[in-house]
Amino acid sequence: MEFAELIKTPRVDNVVLHRPFYPAVEGTLCLTGHHLILSSRRQDDAEELWLLHSNIDSIEKRFVGSLGTIIIKCKDLRIIQLDIPGMEECLNIASSIEALSTLDSVTLMYPFFYRPMFEVVEDGWRSFLPEQEFELLSSVTDEWRLSCINKEFSVCPSYPPVVIVPKSIDDEALRKVAMFRHGSRFPVLSYYHKKNGMVMMRSSQPLTGTNGRRCKEDEKLINATLRAGKRGYIIDTRSLNVAQQARAKGGGFEQEAHYPQWRRIHKSIERFNILQESLIKLVEACNDQSHNMDRWLSKLEASNWLTHIKEILTAACLAAQCIDREGASVLVHGTEGTDSTLQVTSLAQIILDPRCRTIRGFESLVVREWLQAGHPFQQRCAQSAYSNSKQKWEAPVFLLFLDCVWQILRQFPCSFEFSEHFLIMLFEHTYASQFGTFLGNNENERSKLKLQQKTMSLWSWVNRPQELSKYKNPLFEANSLVIWPSVAPQSLQLWEGVFLRWNRSSKFLDEAYEEMVTLIEYNKQLKAKVNALRRKLAELETDDRMQENL
Amino acid sequence: MEHIRTTKVEQVKLLDRFSTSNKSLTGTLYLTATHLLFIESSQRETWILHHHIAAVEKLPLTTSGCPLVIQCKNFRIVHFVVPRERDCHDIYNSLLQLSRTAQYDELYAFSYNPKQNSSEQVKGWQLIDLAEEYKRMGVPNANWQLSDANRDYKICETYPKELYVPRTASKPIIVGSSKFRSKGRFPVLSYYHKDKEAAICRCSQPLSGFSARCLEDEHMLQAISKANPSNRFMYVMDTRPKLNAMANRAAGKGYENEDNYSNIRFQFVGIENIHVMRSSLQKLLEVSGTKGLSVNDFLSGLENSGWLRHIKAVLDAAVFLVKAIAVESASVLVHCSDGWDRTSQVCSLGALLLDSYYRTIKGFMVLIEKDWISFGHKFSDRCCQLDGDPKEISPVFTQFLESVWNLTEQFPQGFEYNEAFLLQIHEHVHSCQFGNFLGNCQKEREELKFKEKTYSLWPFLLQEQKKYQNPLYNPDFSPELTLLEPNTVSFNFKFWRNMYHQFDRSMHPRQSVLDLIMNMSEQNKQMEKDIKELEAKIKRKNSQSDAVLVKEPLQSAPPAPMALKTSPCFKKEQPLMPVNDSVRTIEGSNTADNRYSEFMEEFSKAEPAVVSLEYGMARMTC
Repeated sequence: MEFAELIKTPRVDNVVLHRPFYPAVEGTLCLTGHHLILSSRRQDDAEELWLLHSNIDSIEKRFVGSLGTIIIKCKDLRIIQLDIPGMEECLNIASSIEALSTLDSVTLMYPFFYRPMFEVVEDGWRSFLPEQEFELLSSVTDEWRLSCINKEFSVCPSYPPVVIVPKSIDDEALRKVAMFRHGSRFPVLSYYHKKNGMVMMRSSQPLTGTNGRRCKEDEKLINATLRAGKRGYIIDTRSLNVAQQARAKGGGFEQEAHYPQWRRIHKSIERFNILQESLIKLVEACNDQSHNMDRWLSKLEASNWLTHIKEILTAACLAAQCIDREGASVLVHGTEGTDSTLQVTSLAQIILDPRCRTIRGFESLVVREWLQAGHPFQQRCAQSAYSNSKQKWEAPVFLLFLDCVWQILRQFPCSFEFSEHFLIMLFEHTYASQFGTFLGNNENERSKLKLQQKTMSLWSWVNRPQELSKYKNPLFEANSLVIWPSVAPQSLQLWEGVFLRWNRSSKFLDEAYEEMVTLIEYNKQLKAKVNALRRKLAELETDDRMQENL
Repeated sequence: MEHIRTTKVEQVKLLDRFSTSNKSLTGTLYLTATHLLFIESSQRETWILHHHIAAVEKLPLTTSGCPLVIQCKNFRIVHFVVPRERDCHDIYNSLLQLSRTAQYDELYAFSYNPKQNSSEQVKGWQLIDLAEEYKRMGVPNANWQLSDANRDYKICETYPKELYVPRTASKPIIVGSSKFRSKGRFPVLSYYHKDKEAAICRCSQPLSGFSARCLEDEHMLQAISKANPSNRFMYVMDTRPKLNAMANRAAGKGYENEDNYSNIRFQFVGIENIHVMRSSLQKLLEVSGTKGLSVNDFLSGLENSGWLRHIKAVLDAAVFLVKAIAVESASVLVHCSDGWDRTSQVCSLGALLLDSYYRTIKGFMVLIEKDWISFGHKFSDRCCQLDGDPKEISPVFTQFLESVWNLTEQFPQGFEYNEAFLLQIHEHVHSCQFGNFLGNCQKEREELKFKEKTYSLWPFLLQEQKKYQNPLYNPDFSPELTLLEPNTVSFNFKFWRNMYHQFDRSMHPRQSVLDLIMNMSEQNKQMEKDIKELEAKIKRKNSQSDAVLVKEPLQSAPPAPMALKTSPCFKKEQPLMPVNDSVRTIEGSNTADNRYSEFMEEFSKAEPAVVSLEYGMARMTC
């Protein structure tokens, strides 16, 4: 393998690893094609650090005499420091890391080399198929059909091969609608609200352009989701201003005149570099322990991160409100329909649908509304908060979604089957992983990469009982209600589990969490014991009576 | 009551404080001698104690009626609309009168009758015994003794009678030192650390001006440093910003000159004065009360208010003090200007960090009695119990509670009490329902015979201590660290939503982990008992049936008539233990509550709006 060419010095002894809140560890540093490994040679508590090269966001090197220091900043936001004796070794290691962490070709990524050491009980690649989803839908309504129009990804490159559309719209019409929508992302079903039969659809912007082009089939398609005499809502995730400007570039929005049954609401959710900068600023603020209070608060404010959280949550709540409270159908789109649109549709489902608050249901939501819906994970997650290069496509869109879920989880701590750890795990795997799940930008690319055949699915690993137990919320009690989070600034919080994770010791918080788990476990045991004893006593008493009757 | 002209007004609207579309509830407003009561059509009651009212404001008449805004000291804000202006005016005037009390004996504590007989009343007051507490700390001992110098409050009116001073501090030294200290508040013991033999002492600023010195005072400090065999050096912490302390010199006050005192290390720690704190809280409340607040306005408002900066300054000072004692075994003398505000904050927080006893429910009561009540924190002035100088009002004690809350967040297992305990204490510091916090100092309390005429809060809190227990508390929490070492990095300080929005229900998590765990922990205790009972029963049964086999004819009546009825634990069969279901139900799961629906007025149909106001005030009043 050509990795060897990139590794000039595969091994250095007497390297010292520094991490905040842990004592320094001295050991041997090894570089492999995909990992940076440091193992201490101490016999008593041999410690090993395995770091995926793809997790490395940026590195810095410094020299004091012949002692080199490499500071490694990771995509999961952790920062570690390696002291490497010998200038040459240090330079070699640094350049190798740099090269290995920025490999161009996807097929050189670790998932293509990873050999699982566990037994696959259920193939995660086949755990969440659109066909299964449609089957569920068919049991409650027959107004929808599964269309194979995109079988060869010929109509819409970023859509999955099969999509759910209104029954009354045939494939021919869909083809015309696809021409009228940005990136051919014609409106498809995102969510069906069983309670009242209302639906949420998503798409990209219509290509009305400056001269107000219209498309009869498009109008017919979305009108097909309305009940007689009912109005629907179009939630445009851009401000009116931005939407208007989009017309100059051929995009646009649905004109009232052509969509009289729909009311359009504009929300303004930020995109791309604005979000990426927000993340960079936030992480910078969190990483500087020396800030006085005023500086910390103003940095936190300047990052705008919580503002984005509030905007996204507000839009999602609005969509959910239209569906559940107003009994109206909703169409959500922004420009491409691959970012803010998905934030809104997926969060609305978490609010509305108790199924999405279970582990299985949440995984299915991520698969449906993010992976199959064509969120370009590979582009968005190529770099994280420490990237120096100004690239255009990175944005913490999915991380913002996870943060919003965390905010709701905090407000409804008993309504989710999963804990915060599950969300953090997903965050990590979107940026660097041994699994193929988040590789590629859409199903089309994934199929070309043959990920199903060549890599392991994250779900195959996570859904094994022993792994799953780590992510369960001990407080979970199924709750069939719609859960409306508060979006008041006083109710929103910084997600410490991600952003302060490496900046403070969480020992006391972790211990308290353990204690809580113990208490809950103990409660279960006691309940079982009381029940058993009660049964036993009842038996004894029946025996008595029987004896008397003899 | 002569102040009450109208006792009942119907068709009053209670507006949602944060709604921009003026959502409201209709009900009836009652005015009693002690409370303002609003009963909604759904029978939900909102009780507001007159003493809790900080401000009443009548806004200009609108088409729907006359708006009346009431701000409370526990941060409740209610906004009524009274249909007739006449009624509104009457209520407004009555409330103005009723919320401004001129004399102590008009306060609620003097009419409050919890149905205790007088021996219970006396016992209640004896619950916290400070002499006991000093004994627990290990004084008197070879170096520290009880001084009777202040027996008749002669030397210092605002100190308690029992004061502990170094054995080597003779009466002339005490008297001389007190004359050199503002308000006569000379250095005395606040906390003694047995293991380190080091002491926290407190006093007020010296009357040093630019050059004055006082030999007795210098001797006094020397006596303190000599009373510590482990370290002759002592710290003198001036908790004020240096500039303020320097300005005081012009008024003949000031701070210790290191050259005049042997073996002292002098340190400023920069906590702002009561006026800065008052306006800081004012700013904080303005921000948090804004309708339709954006995240950035909230954060910049939080920053501009300076509130968290002040909380951090207080905790930083306590951490400094604790390091001096725990690391260097050095005694510390703490003062500010008069030594009853910042000094109380720093001494009590320092002791709380050093000694796990103060992290128990009883210990916390003792701490408040010692460092706040007995040492003359001016509760009456600071909380405006009587109509007085508004410039004396300051949230100094609230800051202390908030600092403690911050610690409980960092050390979730370190405290026996929970947040509700802190909130309840805050409630009663302002309620004037119990005698503990009335008045400004012990002398005043004795003269007014509070102990005979009013009740102590603590026995009531102890009685319902189940509500205040932290289910995760671990008394052996880090045994090697009875010492808490909090991390005071800025990001560890958070806005205390449960304090400042205590009554704005829509802002809080809809499911409370604390409540849930508290219930579960209670349930566990009950089940442990049940299991013992059941096992005993089964054992009895087994031995009985053994007996039956042997001497069957002798058995007369069967022991228990029917299964499952005898044991108390079976009263509630399904579910096994009554779980407080309300914890798990989702309250206020209503879009109207959550501040994103406001602009959609056009389809805001009459939803059963869930109000954010409920009980709270009346919890301890009946």
